[in-house]
Amino acid sequence: MLFLHNARYLGQMCDLLVRDGRVAAFGPSGSLTAPAEADAVDAGGRILFPSFIDAHVHLRDPGFEWKEDIRTGLAAAAHGGIGHVLCMANTDPVNDNAAVTRDILAKAMTAHPHGPFAHPIAAATMGLDGKALAPLGELKEAGCIAVSNDGRPLADTEILRRVMEYGADLGLILIDHCEDPWLARGAHMNEGDMSGRLGLRGQPDAAEAIQADRDILLAEYLDLPVHIAHVSASRTLEVIRRGKERGVKVTAETCPHYLLLTEEALAGYDSNAKVNPPLRTRADVEAMRDAVKSGLIDIMVTDHAPHAAHEKEHPVDQAPNGITGLDTSVTLLWSLVEEGVLDEDDLIRLYCRRPGEIFGIPTNTFQHGDPADFFLFDPNPEWVVSPKTLYSKSANTPWLGKTLKGRVAAHWIGGVKVV
Amino acid sequence: MSEAHPWPHKDLLDISRLTVDEIMHLLDTARSFHEINRRPVKKVPTLKGKTIMLFFAENSTRTKTSFDVAGKRLSADTHALGKSGSSIQKGETLKDTALTLQAMNPDVVVLRDSSSGAAQFLAERLRCSVVNAGDGWHAHPTQALLDAFSLREAWGGEFAGKTLLILGDMAHSRVARSNANLLSRLGVKLRFCAPRTLLPAGRHLWPGEFFSDLNEAVRGVDAVMCLRLQLERQQAGLLPDLRDYSSRYCLTMRHLALAKSGARVLHPGPMNRGLEISSDIADSDASLVLNQVEAGVAVRMAVLYLCATRAEHAPHL
Repeated sequence: MLFLHNARYLGQMCDLLVRDGRVAAFGPSGSLTAPAEADAVDAGGRILFPSFIDAHVHLRDPGFEWKEDIRTGLAAAAHGGIGHVLCMANTDPVNDNAAVTRDILAKAMTAHPHGPFAHPIAAATMGLDGKALAPLGELKEAGCIAVSNDGRPLADTEILRRVMEYGADLGLILIDHCEDPWLARGAHMNEGDMSGRLGLRGQPDAAEAIQADRDILLAEYLDLPVHIAHVSASRTLEVIRRGKERGVKVTAETCPHYLLLTEEALAGYDSNAKVNPPLRTRADVEAMRDAVKSGLIDIMVTDHAPHAAHEKEHPVDQAPNGITGLDTSVTLLWSLVEEGVLDEDDLIRLYCRRPGEIFGIPTNTFQHGDPADFFLFDPNPEWVVSPKTLYSKSANTPWLGKTLKGRVAAHWIGGVKVV
Repeated sequence: MSEAHPWPHKDLLDISRLTVDEIMHLLDTARSFHEINRRPVKKVPTLKGKTIMLFFAENSTRTKTSFDVAGKRLSADTHALGKSGSSIQKGETLKDTALTLQAMNPDVVVLRDSSSGAAQFLAERLRCSVVNAGDGWHAHPTQALLDAFSLREAWGGEFAGKTLLILGDMAHSRVARSNANLLSRLGVKLRFCAPRTLLPAGRHLWPGEFFSDLNEAVRGVDAVMCLRLQLERQQAGLLPDLRDYSSRYCLTMRHLALAKSGARVLHPGPMNRGLEISSDIADSDASLVLNQVEAGVAVRMAVLYLCATRAEHAPHL
């Protein structure tokens, strides 16, 4: 039994009583009486959040363990306030059969028996080749939570349709990486002022919006849900807005870097700012901020995409895409709270409540009986992003070497302290 | 710029990092080397004992030779690493090649690489000077300097009020990027002409006016700079076929007649005669092509000299 007192929740000082891994009672400071046998923890006025759900993560395990493995990826999640991680299927072997799914789940349970928890996402097609449907029934039974061809956008619209239909019968929602493969071919960044200046091939934002529009039209026609992955551009938001206004079952996600960085981050050819979809313009960032505030964008994810230093330390056109995020996302999102872009309840909605609803994961709303998944965030400590301060194996983030403010001080999942 | 104010840059990566005063100082320095190059004995002892590495990871004959001649005329020891002879093909990364070169203690590394940003990547990792001899589509500063040098001679020292047309594939051209930056800052009015498929993104930031019709673009200009069309652009589907392209964008005597009388024509070489420049123009008095080659040696001598004798504490980058 745990008695957490002196915690700040949505601006109010609160006390929390946890029994058997669940919320037993929650109320304003002084309103609860702690049983004598409870372990009392003084939160010291730190900010209380329910554990977050990150629905877009590359854990790289099996197959790319030099970038990340399940143990280190989930450790980074724990220290980032994330209790549930949905991990993408582009491993080696690809998660297109039950053996891989079971392997991921078993490794996660061994490394982190009390959480954070990994929820594998099924490959949409065999080998992510975009040709033949993966055995979604088998994958669902083995424990997959959703379906995606992430990293290898589905060019064939007929295959996309069948994934949506076959997945729908199993309750697997399609998370689609929207990118016209021809418009984006060979691109290293956003097409625009900066690509013109740097002499790097860019991809137009239309490459994302065109595929999102295709998905939404298809979802409307089939009357099935679709989830648009890592939205980066204002043009895509317009497409989603029109779809939602028509009543299409479309949901969407974005990442902290699309709210905080523009293509300017590549001005010095920083390959750690190379990510797909690419960082866009100031106008896109402004539109993305409005969209997370209004709920047009449903959820926050990291698209945590670790790569080893030796893989990223190349000229931009030879470096792989990807930014890590599990260690830094809560801190970066907190900077948006301090800027007045979002408030604490927005973070909970975007990073806990809505992803819980979309993917069917029980979340903590601090009601009696809810899972006792929560963390304390200290907004004050300053820390320098470096391989030493990150729990992820990789440090390929454009914030590498920068000083950030605020970090997770403690984290409980199912009432068990994991940080 | 004088003895009291030595050259403040460790590297030459991009024209945009130089002030107009520094550009003019560089062109003046090149002028004195240009005169030396026309003497019977062309070698001066200026960089005796200095080591220059010519690291050309992308094929190039003329630029490499030009830097080589420039270095040798200054009495530096020059060593060339070509692509076939370099370890890039064996899978060595640019980082490791850079560190290997560094360990041989050169004074200057001259880099040609197909990746935009490669020169900056190298400069961030090397203590010696790095001179960019062309990085991807990004920058080719010595080409722009030698073009400016040639135009300065042809125009009797005047840049202000002159109009230059840059014709051809700008999207994939480091020559166009560096020249647009340099010549616009010297007061030259710029025009750009190419099919839309070969124009760069972010055109509103380019210092000049865009045309799609060559007849219109060439009217009244003082000079035309033709860019080389890489044949792979057609293969990539950016052009229907080369005949269609050359019928609309190959500079001919008929076009030149629309330009200002006495207008000059530049080309960075190697030329595709009949594709972007007609053979009769290339061989005419209007052509500055061979002046450009000659200026190239002088400009590269100036660049090597200034970088190798720079201020002791020239800032990194």
